[in-house]
Amino acid sequence: MAASVLDHAPAAHAPAKTGVWSWITTVDHKRIGILYGATAFVFFLLGGLEALIMRVQLMKPDNTLVSAETFNSLFTMHGTTMIFLGVMPLSAMFFNYFIPLQIGARDVAFPRLNAFSYWVFLLGGLFINASFLINAAPNAGWFGYANLTENTYSPGLNTDFWVLGLQILGIASMAAAINFFVTIVNLRAPGMKMLRMPMFVWMSFITQTLLLLAFPVITVALVFLMMDRHFGTHFFIPAGGGDPVLWQHLFWIFGHPEVYILILPSFGIVSEVLPVFSRKPLFGYTAMVFSGAFIAFLGFGVWSHHMFSTGMGPFADSFFALSTMLIAVPTGVKIFNWLGTLWGGSLQLRTPLYFAIGMVAQFIVGGLSGVMHAVPPADLQQTDTYFVVAHFHYVLFGGAIFGLTAGAYYWFPKMSGRMLNETLGKLHFWMMFLGFNITFFPMHFLGLNGMPRRVYTYPAGLNSEFWNRVETYGALLLGASFLVFLWNLWATLRKPANAPADPWRGATLEWLIPSPPQEFNFGEVPPVNSSTPAWDLRRARGGPLPEPGHVSGAGIHLPRPSYWPAVTAIGVLGVIGSILLTHAVPHSYAITLTGTAILFYGVYRWAFEPAF
Amino acid sequence: MSQAAAIAHPPHDVPEHPTATGIDSRKVAIWALIGSECLFFASLISTYLVYKGKSLIGPLPHAESQCVLHGKLQTCEGVFEIPLVTAGTAVLLFSSFFVVLALYGAQKGNRKMLIGWLTGTVLSGMFFVGMQVYEFTHFYHKGMGYGTNLFSSTFFTLTGFHGSHVTVGVIWLATLLVLAIRGKLPPGKSLNLELAALYWHFVDVVWIVIFPTVYLLR
Repeated sequence: MAASVLDHAPAAHAPAKTGVWSWITTVDHKRIGILYGATAFVFFLLGGLEALIMRVQLMKPDNTLVSAETFNSLFTMHGTTMIFLGVMPLSAMFFNYFIPLQIGARDVAFPRLNAFSYWVFLLGGLFINASFLINAAPNAGWFGYANLTENTYSPGLNTDFWVLGLQILGIASMAAAINFFVTIVNLRAPGMKMLRMPMFVWMSFITQTLLLLAFPVITVALVFLMMDRHFGTHFFIPAGGGDPVLWQHLFWIFGHPEVYILILPSFGIVSEVLPVFSRKPLFGYTAMVFSGAFIAFLGFGVWSHHMFSTGMGPFADSFFALSTMLIAVPTGVKIFNWLGTLWGGSLQLRTPLYFAIGMVAQFIVGGLSGVMHAVPPADLQQTDTYFVVAHFHYVLFGGAIFGLTAGAYYWFPKMSGRMLNETLGKLHFWMMFLGFNITFFPMHFLGLNGMPRRVYTYPAGLNSEFWNRVETYGALLLGASFLVFLWNLWATLRKPANAPADPWRGATLEWLIPSPPQEFNFGEVPPVNSSTPAWDLRRARGGPLPEPGHVSGAGIHLPRPSYWPAVTAIGVLGVIGSILLTHAVPHSYAITLTGTAILFYGVYRWAFEPAF
Repeated sequence: MSQAAAIAHPPHDVPEHPTATGIDSRKVAIWALIGSECLFFASLISTYLVYKGKSLIGPLPHAESQCVLHGKLQTCEGVFEIPLVTAGTAVLLFSSFFVVLALYGAQKGNRKMLIGWLTGTVLSGMFFVGMQVYEFTHFYHKGMGYGTNLFSSTFFTLTGFHGSHVTVGVIWLATLLVLAIRGKLPPGKSLNLELAALYWHFVDVVWIVIFPTVYLLR
């Protein structure tokens, strides 16, 4: 990455360009984006491995590959990892790298806060996964229903790793959300009005708003649970008057917006890819913006559809059924606008378009089964079965992951300066597409036949052997597709840089600067007069733009590198992580106090350190 | 290069990037944080209200109840000391007024006004925290531990989180006071105080919701 920058006059403070220390102290949004991407991809592969072990266990009836206890840990860690350590930070990679580039900014609003978010995320992810080392991986499910998660039913440190780890990760998400929110509000290039922002920036903006409003709620729920487990309260313990259903409400008030936190960035990416590869502007730009905002707004009014089986009564059931069905309307608007974008376009059948179309198609399947869940009597049949597993994998894998993969192929040339191999990319697509559908489509049948989720095995003779076997083969194919992707990444990164600034004839600002961009992004911020500024310039010129050269950048002030964000992140880990040891180690509060001291010291040094 | 040059040679030692809204980014960040914190306190206050009257054992906020004190079950009075908390509330509300005057002083370069009113703000915040520490200790001696009943758990969690927010605000404002005394808070940097003041007002506003909801609602 750094080689291209080295050739030029150093910026004001000439930060270290290579070596581990330069990565620890970096505040460059592009480098932090790469850190997010690399870290999240490792966690993603780990979560995938957990899924594969589960699938192999379920390949035949009465299998004994893993015990019931291990299986509990596997599905809990698979869900937790994929949501908080996989999809969210993979989205954060794109937020980091491309929000500033797409809005014509030099960096995010708070570069050091951005580094802090990454380090807290990394430490939180390592913290949760460290539970494997002492054989105490979380095992109460990714939504951690009370009172299953209380001490009586979950003794040991398993659930503590989960409760505390999620609080640490929440801090990372909150800091990042504030940062990107402000970046989008305040750092747009002159001329880029809100309704001229690229759709990826719009969907990211809505995502940050959701994060800001949803994460405090789960933080409160996690604090209550932590207090119940460690400090003698009874927030969710019926014996003390508490109500476990309160956990469900608090969790899902967070949990449903979280679903949109996972999917909206992918919607944004697909809305970037489809126009570029159709050679047409996005169909219904304004409708896309407002349908996204409407989805987010409604997302706060549907949480109880996760709780129909709790027995909330006909009024609540009807309300949440109707509000849930209503969400299908703005989502349908998006689907039709994507189809409208493709319609009559001059389709360039490159890998990013394959993944984007795959995303749209599979998201429709997941969306349709979602509307089925909105009907309470139907949901009572489907809840806790593989039908639900099929549904959310169609939206989160078929939707979110396919969209993120489209983004990876679309933006990899910009990030690395290298074009990924198209043949391998298409092989990846077909393996992933077939593997995904072979794995998850039969789960609809198994679920409607009554196969419960989260059960480590099943007896023979229930007519579920065939599809379970098929699903496992599909999962292995799906896993293998990522080996193709890894091979493609590895082989491409070993080759010399070959990507032009604009390999796809893109519409947005990031395609006007060299691949990879120089450290300061833009020597001169180009004019923005529409939502497709690069196409405007191209049209004005009547043909392709000349390849942008590297500019000197002398005199451009760049944020100074800093290690205080990383130090402060260690403080956060110390404060929250030490609560794990309340019962296990005497005087564990000493660690908490040390963490607090590090936290304060880090914050002060950070606050008084010159930013530039 | 004209734009880059303009950004490269800012008038002050700290480069000031023009923002799209014209509002300083740090200020937008504080507003975003405040928006987020609203949901945080809303969740805590809702939980307090949902569990109101659901405690299985005393002590209770207002009414007499059976509670365990000194190891035996006995009749306990309601624990709240309304006059004390009212005093704390008044002082906290006045501190919002003080910080406005301190900010005015900072913006006008009136050092005396800045330092005087900022000192007043910090002391008021400390009084409030001190009041809360006294109140918590007092409750504890009345047999109300953190996990005693739903009332005590929800009360301590809600007011404790508010109190920790006040404490953070006191530390922040005290830091600024030290800077002001050292002459490092000139009018050009008054935004630093404005950010803390915004946060401080928010913490006050939350208390305006908590005080009647928790202490006055029977």
